[in-house]
Amino acid sequence: MTDTIIISIIMTIIGASTPILLAALGELVVEKSGVLNLGIEGMMLIGAVTGFAVTSITGYPLLGIFAAMIAATLSSLLFGYLTLSLTANQVSTGLALTIFGIGLSSLMGEGYVGKTIEIFGSWFPTSLVEHPYLRVIFGYSPIVYFSLFMTIAVGYFLNKTRAGLILRAVGESDISAHSIGYSVIGVRYAAVAFGGAMAGIAGCYYSMVLTPLWSDELTAGRGWIALALVVFSAWKPGRLLLGAYLFGAVMTLELHAKAAGFSYVAPEFLAAMPYLATIVVLALISLRKSGSSAAPACLTKPFKPST
Amino acid sequence: MLIKLEKRKEPSQTMLYATPVIAVLLTMIVGGLLFTIIGHNGFNAVWEIFITPVINPHIWPDLGVKAGPLILIAVGLSIGFKANVWNIGAEGQYIVGALAGTGIALATWEFEGWWILPLMCIAGALGGGLYAAVPAYLKTKLNVNEILTSLMLTYAAIQLLNYLMRGPWKDPEGFNFPETRQFNDSQILPEIGGTIIHMGVPLVFLIAIITWFVMSKSVFGFQIRVVGSAPSAARYGGFSADKTIWAAMLIGGAFAGLAGIFEASGPFQQMVPQFPTGYGFTAIIVAFLGRLHPIGIIFGGLILAVSYVGGEIAQSRLGLPNSAAGIFQALMLFFLLASDILIKYRMKFSSSSAKGEAA
Repeated sequence: MTDTIIISIIMTIIGASTPILLAALGELVVEKSGVLNLGIEGMMLIGAVTGFAVTSITGYPLLGIFAAMIAATLSSLLFGYLTLSLTANQVSTGLALTIFGIGLSSLMGEGYVGKTIEIFGSWFPTSLVEHPYLRVIFGYSPIVYFSLFMTIAVGYFLNKTRAGLILRAVGESDISAHSIGYSVIGVRYAAVAFGGAMAGIAGCYYSMVLTPLWSDELTAGRGWIALALVVFSAWKPGRLLLGAYLFGAVMTLELHAKAAGFSYVAPEFLAAMPYLATIVVLALISLRKSGSSAAPACLTKPFKPST
Repeated sequence: MLIKLEKRKEPSQTMLYATPVIAVLLTMIVGGLLFTIIGHNGFNAVWEIFITPVINPHIWPDLGVKAGPLILIAVGLSIGFKANVWNIGAEGQYIVGALAGTGIALATWEFEGWWILPLMCIAGALGGGLYAAVPAYLKTKLNVNEILTSLMLTYAAIQLLNYLMRGPWKDPEGFNFPETRQFNDSQILPEIGGTIIHMGVPLVFLIAIITWFVMSKSVFGFQIRVVGSAPSAARYGGFSADKTIWAAMLIGGAFAGLAGIFEASGPFQQMVPQFPTGYGFTAIIVAFLGRLHPIGIIFGGLILAVSYVGGEIAQSRLGLPNSAAGIFQALMLFFLLASDILIKYRMKFSSSSAKGEAA
């Protein structure tokens, strides 16, 4: 019996980790290009409600996910236009995007509160998905496998490709990149759009896989944890994966404690754990290497070509 | 026709004050269009949200009560934002401040006297300030990003509130509802002249004006401005960046905490789980709309209060969803940030395309 408990614990951890992994991967690329987008939470919510609504109307979850990625990307381009073309402050624009996303998703989702859709579950044959042991490998939504693929893809892109090198150059030294002839603003737009698409699919995971229904502020601040995770990972995709699963474990602590009949600690304390753990982890990282030297040098600095 | 941006020799003062007005007007137009597109009467929506609360004197007291906490929190935050200290966890400091004051109220439940309310307010300010001290400490000692820590603490504060309401602070005679007992008469901010305006509201205006004097006339105010706009000059001038961070965080937290206890002992008159309503986040919009200037923030707070109260009116009269106000508020901030470019740049219209520009 304990085997099956361990397997379900692993599966809930992976379930809780996947959306923050996806959103954080997107944000990692955005930050590598020298832009800080604090609007993850808002973009995730826009993605979540769009995915749910389109799936609910059409019955095709893939269409829902696609629409969610487009909607979240559009919202990220709004952020991009303000911060990149109009050189608005990135911190306050990102916050505005989050406030906007909370409002817009609540407005769009008004007619969908209480409705349910079919869970966007595993594509593998039922015998594998429901197998007592093998389900730990096969029993996930396709989005989970996509998140693992994207971790490798982002790592490869940043470190092994020419385009990745240009993106990092833009984030580390915008003026040099510009003087060699690369479009700093263009690269940053592309990165911001990618971040939006990833946040969109991350949002979908909440409304289409974890809880296949819509309620206001469904993501409950997880977008901010994704943001912390990027710092935690020191902008490295591999460590991001590890960090996401670690955070997922902390996030599901409350659930497991309840299931195990563990009642010595108030459930509110366990619910606050992911947030407190984030602070502790951020402090520990800073202790180890004084200063945040790993951050891209141009982060939050606007760029305006002089001509 | 092309619009070209040309850098101004110096930032335009006219635009500095004109852009918030432009932003509000654009919000009305675009917000109206947005609500028309999704099938509401856009004109009526804008009218009820932005105009009705302004032209109906019966609603003015509501505006004061709503604007109070927004202005107080925003004035505190603006000091930090000026110095590039990004405390965005005011919501958490607001909750903890209210809880600290509530703690005093519950402890003095059997007492009466003039001294109770000031004590509650001091506790509120201390609670908010101490909660903001955590990010300040982590920022100055370990260089941990204050945006993330202050925000994470907000979510922790909500859990603390839930815990206290469900457990230790629950009203023993409250039929098991998760809320505290009602504050007694010595613990409630008195209302002014038979209106719903409580004592906290004029105090907020007073604090804003005092802050304005301090920020514009004192060395401290100068230090904040220098650290924010020219960090290296500040170092040469002997201004400590760490001290500035501490001061900005503590003041921001204390003001947010004070706003929290004003709200608890004013409109709420007890503590409930539904206490946090996002004032701490909306105050960020107010701070920017008011150009980080205490007097501007008073206007900014009133405008946001209009959108809140108007949102409620639109909800009851037009059946508009309650998220409408939030959308209008976000649009306002978007347009404000977008129009900021007009302060530093001049728009030039040219009929023929000039040379190809590196975008």
